[in-house]
Amino acid sequence: MTSSFLPAKPDLKFKPHLLRNRGNKLLTGIAGLFSLIAVVPLIAVLAFVLFKGISVIRPMMFFELPPPPGLEGGGIGNALIGTLLVTGISCLFSIPVGVGGGIYLAEYSGNNKFSAFVRFGTNVLAGVPSIIAGVFIYGLIVATRILFGNSYSAVAGGLALSVLMLPTIIKTTDEGLKLVPQELRWGSLGVGASKFVTTMKVVLPSAVAPIATGVVLAIARSAGETAPLIFTALFSPFWPEGVFKPIATMSVLIYNFAIMPYDAQVTLAWAASFVLVILILAMNLLARWISGFAQR
Amino acid sequence: MMFPSGVTSLPVPMTLSSHSANLPDDQVAITCEDVTISYGAFEAVRNVYLELPRGKVTAFIGPSGCGKSTVLRCFNRMNDLIPSFGLKGRIVYEGQDLYAPNVDPVEVRRRIGMVFQRPNPFPKSIYENIAFGARINGYSGDMDELVERSLRRAAVWDECKDKLNESGYSLSGGQQQRLCIARTIAVQPDVILMDEPCSALDPISTLKVEETMHELKKEFTIVIVTHNMQQAVRVSDMTAFYNAVAVEGGSGKVGYLVEYDETANIFNNPQQQATQEYVSGRFG
Amino acid sequence: MTASGSDALYKLRHRPPSEKLVDGSFKILVTVLAALVGLILLAIFLVVFMESREALGKFGLSFLVNSKWDPNTDQFGAFTSIYGTLLSSFLALLLAVPLGIGSAIFLTEDFIDTRIRAVISNMVELLAAIPSVVLGLWAIFVLEPFARPILQIINQYFGWIPFFSTVPTGPGMMPAVLILVIMLLPIITAISRDSLNQVPPDLRQAAYGVGTTRWTAIFQVLLPAAISGIIGGIMLALGRAMGETMAVTMIIGNSNNFSFSWFAPANTISALLANQFGEADGLQVSALMYAALVLMIITFIVNVLAQWIVKNLSLKYD
Repeated sequence: MTSSFLPAKPDLKFKPHLLRNRGNKLLTGIAGLFSLIAVVPLIAVLAFVLFKGISVIRPMMFFELPPPPGLEGGGIGNALIGTLLVTGISCLFSIPVGVGGGIYLAEYSGNNKFSAFVRFGTNVLAGVPSIIAGVFIYGLIVATRILFGNSYSAVAGGLALSVLMLPTIIKTTDEGLKLVPQELRWGSLGVGASKFVTTMKVVLPSAVAPIATGVVLAIARSAGETAPLIFTALFSPFWPEGVFKPIATMSVLIYNFAIMPYDAQVTLAWAASFVLVILILAMNLLARWISGFAQR
Repeated sequence: MMFPSGVTSLPVPMTLSSHSANLPDDQVAITCEDVTISYGAFEAVRNVYLELPRGKVTAFIGPSGCGKSTVLRCFNRMNDLIPSFGLKGRIVYEGQDLYAPNVDPVEVRRRIGMVFQRPNPFPKSIYENIAFGARINGYSGDMDELVERSLRRAAVWDECKDKLNESGYSLSGGQQQRLCIARTIAVQPDVILMDEPCSALDPISTLKVEETMHELKKEFTIVIVTHNMQQAVRVSDMTAFYNAVAVEGGSGKVGYLVEYDETANIFNNPQQQATQEYVSGRFG
Repeated sequence: MTASGSDALYKLRHRPPSEKLVDGSFKILVTVLAALVGLILLAIFLVVFMESREALGKFGLSFLVNSKWDPNTDQFGAFTSIYGTLLSSFLALLLAVPLGIGSAIFLTEDFIDTRIRAVISNMVELLAAIPSVVLGLWAIFVLEPFARPILQIINQYFGWIPFFSTVPTGPGMMPAVLILVIMLLPIITAISRDSLNQVPPDLRQAAYGVGTTRWTAIFQVLLPAAISGIIGGIMLALGRAMGETMAVTMIIGNSNNFSFSWFAPANTISALLANQFGEADGLQVSALMYAALVLMIITFIVNVLAQWIVKNLSLKYD
């Protein structure tokens, strides 16, 4: 006789018709659909830019100037040089200041009010819209002609970009240095090294990979920035005439030429987009490679 | 319990909780005079009187949280790195108060070296690990020779001699720790502080590090913090036992020096009940 | 006092003044460099404020509610742009938030193979690296022509609603919103994914342990645990959307005439700045600086709020 105390044999079979199981399936489907919607435009942008770029690009474009409106042909040579130059100028300022500020935060600041202020300032600066960086440099340098009487210039553009790079570099330096085990600092101080030697010879070399990753990502981002440049570096249809003169950059070229009614200009905009995207993707891959290198 | 008779050199109590062996001045390397260490409002260790003999190995033992490492790290001002750190009393090294305002902690560390709990070689080659500190100290002799001599004295030369240009991390944990010892002795300090140098090592590596210590005590004054009482017995001449007590007001426990004497006395004929209980394994 | 015999060999036992000088100067140097960040921030506020004083004095707060922007008569009101900035950002968030969080859930749950998830994650992150000016170019030539027929259908059937009342013919608010959605998706997805990944696995096991289904666990346990990070990410995305310039400038139509319709050309503060700064002079520069000041204050509030949320509303697991 079966005892009535024993429960009936439980039915553990999966019942797909249950509301909860149907709901589960529905929600899973929706999440999948959302990811698809999120990914498709991304692939579309990338594929279109690459496809369009490859179809219009000619090697000679790297060595030619853009044509005057209405004429055919031409290239993006001056814009390519300009982008490299302006980005280089921005690095000259933002890397020393950013790494130095990061060193201060990670190595020298106790948890005092000043460092809290610097951290807060870094976060706020990171949220400042890129166009504001342009407005700032316009008001500070371009309008005042403070740089030896020059108004629009490559230097002004570079400084505007460096305002945007600064917070990224400070943050990655700060975080990279914090990953260095405290014992390493003790070891160095323990043999009588000064704080300066400890920081420069032991701590900083150990954090080179994460810092370099952050710097490369910051450069990649600034190479594609346009808003801070349109009224600081301005544009120029000619080869660069020095760092104190207006200069062409690829991003401003894309902006200026995209809305022109001439095919030659639009073609150059696509070519510049292609080069810029390849450049930036390559730098992102480089950054990944560096940070992977660090984890080994 | 066995109490060997005939032990006469009893420590002279300085306060209720602290003892100090009385040594002639020229045999003392470091003296603690009523040292109280705190972190912010929290007192870590209180009223320590201590005279560390030159050219001997002194072991600090005691349960966790008794402040033995804290005291050790004061001897070369490593505690300066903690912002809330505060010290009362005097720590005297060669007639100078280490915490006098005009003392440069960096110069202190060039004379009082330290080996840490976990091996911490620099991310450089084995050779550079040794040469780094020596260069900082302005070493003017033959660097290759110094590297070899230091590695030999730390008993790790055989493992390192064929790969001096490889990273310090290519060594095993025990070898890394002996590399760190070599790094410390390459600077030729007067005193070597060791903060539980074997706690991260396996027994065989521990044995090798202990052998190294026996070699080193011929030349250096060594202070070692250890959790391992057998290790204290094996390597040390003097032993200081610290304990922690709960304090009124309830800000946790505060450490104090219970008893300080020759190692044999501490383990065989302790004067204090707490020491007796600790060394016989009844607590801690 | 015994000087150790090794001092002859080790010449720097006593640090020479030069060494101490380097040590001390380095500390001062990095402190100054760190201070520079705060200085730049203050300088930005100061420059923009000083330059906008003329317009501030002339128009006062009416600048914010007046929609007339006419350089010929020196009459400036930024209402159209401010409205455009707020509307485009909120509409973009409305679309991007569910898509982003849904994708983040999909990427953190084990619905599909880990490797495919990693590929998608990487792609989303790479998309965040595409310059906004390139997205703007793409929007002009691909997105807007593609979306126009769909918007036209909406206009045909729902044109009686004021928001859809104009026939879409090219650049306008809605295409700008769509390109913003594409720009915000990587930010929201990445931050939500990271927040979900940081929820301790014990929590999920605890939910499964009491017999919840997967989605009950997601809605009742995982999302609430990750919510502060997700909201912080949304706020950061909002700040980004408000300040976003290039792609929006290229596709929004840059019209300073106010319209309720989302299909009509419109403007945002940053688009206004990008468009007019190069050729402006006199009072117009000051008015543009005033607009920049407004944008700065709005994004400042949003960003500080985002930081505060992440810092103070996160659930603590100790």
